[in-house]
Amino acid sequence: MALVGRALLILGLGVSVYGIGASLYGALQGGQRWVDSGRRAVYALAGVMTLAFVILEAAFLRSDFSFNVVAGHSSTTTPTFYKATAAWSSQEGSLLLWVWLLSLWSSLILFLTRRKVREIAPYATAVLLGFATFFGSLTAFFANPFATTANPPSEGAGLNPLLRHASMMFHPPMLYSGYTLLAIPFAFAIGALITRRLNSEWIQVTRRFALAAWLFLGIGILLGARWSYTELGWGGYWAWDPVENAALMPWLCCTAFIHSIMIQEKRGMLKVWNASLILASGTLAVLGTFLVRSGILDSIHAFGASTLGVPFVILLGVMVTGSVALIIWRRADLRSDSQLDSLLSREAVFLFQNLVLVGMTFVIFWVTFFPLISEALTGTKVSVGPPAFRPFIVPLALVLVLLSGVGPLIAWRRVTAANLRRSFAFPVAAGLVALVVLLLVGGVSKRPFALAMFCLGTFVIASVGQELWRGVRARRAMTRDPVPRAFLQLIRRNRRRYGGYIVHAGLAVLLIGVAASSSFQHSHDVVLRPGQQAVVDGYRITYVRPIARATAEKISFGAVLDVAKGGRHVQTLTTTRGFYPAQDPTLGVVGRFFNGEEESQVGLRAGLTKDIWTVISPDLTPIQPLINQGDQVFLKAMSAAAALPPAQARAQITNLFAARDAAIGALADRWVRHPWAAEFLLIVSPLVTWIWLGAIVIAIGGLIALWPVPVLARRRATSAYAARLARELA
Amino acid sequence: MDFVIVLAILAAVVYVVSAPLRRTGEAAPSPGAEIADLEAAREAKYREIRDAELDHRTGKLSDDDFEAIDRSLRAEAIEILQALDGAKAERAG
Repeated sequence: MALVGRALLILGLGVSVYGIGASLYGALQGGQRWVDSGRRAVYALAGVMTLAFVILEAAFLRSDFSFNVVAGHSSTTTPTFYKATAAWSSQEGSLLLWVWLLSLWSSLILFLTRRKVREIAPYATAVLLGFATFFGSLTAFFANPFATTANPPSEGAGLNPLLRHASMMFHPPMLYSGYTLLAIPFAFAIGALITRRLNSEWIQVTRRFALAAWLFLGIGILLGARWSYTELGWGGYWAWDPVENAALMPWLCCTAFIHSIMIQEKRGMLKVWNASLILASGTLAVLGTFLVRSGILDSIHAFGASTLGVPFVILLGVMVTGSVALIIWRRADLRSDSQLDSLLSREAVFLFQNLVLVGMTFVIFWVTFFPLISEALTGTKVSVGPPAFRPFIVPLALVLVLLSGVGPLIAWRRVTAANLRRSFAFPVAAGLVALVVLLLVGGVSKRPFALAMFCLGTFVIASVGQELWRGVRARRAMTRDPVPRAFLQLIRRNRRRYGGYIVHAGLAVLLIGVAASSSFQHSHDVVLRPGQQAVVDGYRITYVRPIARATAEKISFGAVLDVAKGGRHVQTLTTTRGFYPAQDPTLGVVGRFFNGEEESQVGLRAGLTKDIWTVISPDLTPIQPLINQGDQVFLKAMSAAAALPPAQARAQITNLFAARDAAIGALADRWVRHPWAAEFLLIVSPLVTWIWLGAIVIAIGGLIALWPVPVLARRRATSAYAARLARELA
Repeated sequence: MDFVIVLAILAAVVYVVSAPLRRTGEAAPSPGAEIADLEAAREAKYREIRDAELDHRTGKLSDDDFEAIDRSLRAEAIEILQALDGAKAERAG
């Protein structure tokens, strides 16, 4: 089926190029049939790419090692779930996933708008198919997932052990969904600029896609953070890695966009700003994809150096120059229809929040690319780590949290001082109570930024709580519904508003978790023998006994740890380090089993107030002489066996493999029977769980805001206002 | 076999993509750019009125402020509705 797969890629490319031509011809000549044909080209592309992806998935599930990509990223011992998701662990498969997702989202928006935005849609179709052509070309000619070999190996290399983690398997599709969904408002913004249809219509039809992009990108980022925390063995969830930053930048820009478009919808303001924001978000999404693939910046998440850098640089150049040129060209049409009524209004808060978000994006961009900038200017690549981000990002994050609490308390257009006092009294009091309580707790006052985040976070949660309560009270005054029903009805009827408020509360919870865990973490790097102990933040952690396991998939060395506090048992934790066999035979018959990829299983006790996080780094030096000896003995025995007649050689080699497996089992057993000292990283962090809980709250709020209002309810609301206005007109 | 599958898919793609070009009747008429813009503005204005009402009911707007804002919003909505009626009449006539 590889031939069919390759043919589908070429067919997809052809359909994309045709669709661009048909859409543009239809738009320029006013030929609706050609425009419709261009739109159908997108549907066809989605069908073709779906088939291509199914063929690739089937190859992974069947362990068809004639596909190079399957041989390189899967094996017969890889669990079925990871076989199914291994497709996007490769450069080739992930590019195909990109085109496939893009074709699906493009089909959805073009189907939904088939009778709307008729002037804009053909240009948007051309832009979307332009992306599909670019990524389709990469897939077809530079990173073909359907490339095959005439002599397939009997076993594949297996999936990178670091990727054998449930959240990592969903992380790429989430990020790619976010990136590809951002292409939708980007394409429609281009169409709106070309056709000068710059009112709120294009925003209304793509707003939900921008929100979905924000949601998927956010979930992807958080899944990546969770993977980093539980899999990478360094104890953190965010390392300011270039690839992490590459996903965060479009998310921040998109956050600014989904707030500022409300001002354009309501007031006809900020047209230049909104167009610029979405064009920047789309460009940053492609930049993120580029960073993962080019290898230009060192990252643990990147696919490594590849030949895809130049095409991406060209695409980014076209996107940046094209966007800037379009904005300049249409600047007269992008003038605002009205002006800000008051600086004490929600519009003003949104504007300020936008500036903060764009400021954060700029800082992250600058520091992430500083190594490249320094190399270009001085010839020396100067790497800057997480400390370079903090002086800028921490104060900006504090302002952002403050604004996310202020926004829900202020009305649109204008407010009076009396109303401000009434709205702010409770949240400000809650923040001040938090301040007093925290000042009484020892140690918190030494960390002013964390203290500020706790107080501001409390302010935000109180302001959202107050708004929900006031909304419920207002609803009950009208309907006399019981509180739970009034609460549900309030949210159901005002999904955008209250979904957004819930997101703000989730953000506050998340950032409180970040501030606490990064400011009050206790971390100890210790070397322990069985029976020895270490004390971390009052927890006595004892190395109880070593454990080891040798399977066909990997060899693990680990430890059972006992955690106690104040003489009371808290938890038993198990941490292991797994060694996967390398495929390189030059590393030795035995040695290759200890020199492949490695992964850590963290011993974790997650709690609402504290996480106890442990990881072992076993030192294999004591068994290295035995490994070397084994390599020599087996090499000699293998050479001798190879000199025998074929039938005898086969039998002898089978026996030798069995002996080798027994020797590896004995080496693992040695760790248990004659244990030696091992290095442990022991961390106690407060409120890490709040990060994941905050993320869940954000996702719930995002889903509420995204969920469409039933057509009937929308019509009912519209009719009520229309009737009222008609009466006034009469 | 592979060749036959590829041909079948190619035929299906050509059939789907060329369907509008084989169409004999006229496409459904477009509502017109101006009308679409005004309809979008009307929906946004209704939403704004609704938001102002909710702000008032939840105590973020005083009675006086709400009255002033609501009056101005409704005047803007009426303007949009009149423009919409005009655009529709012009298109029909």
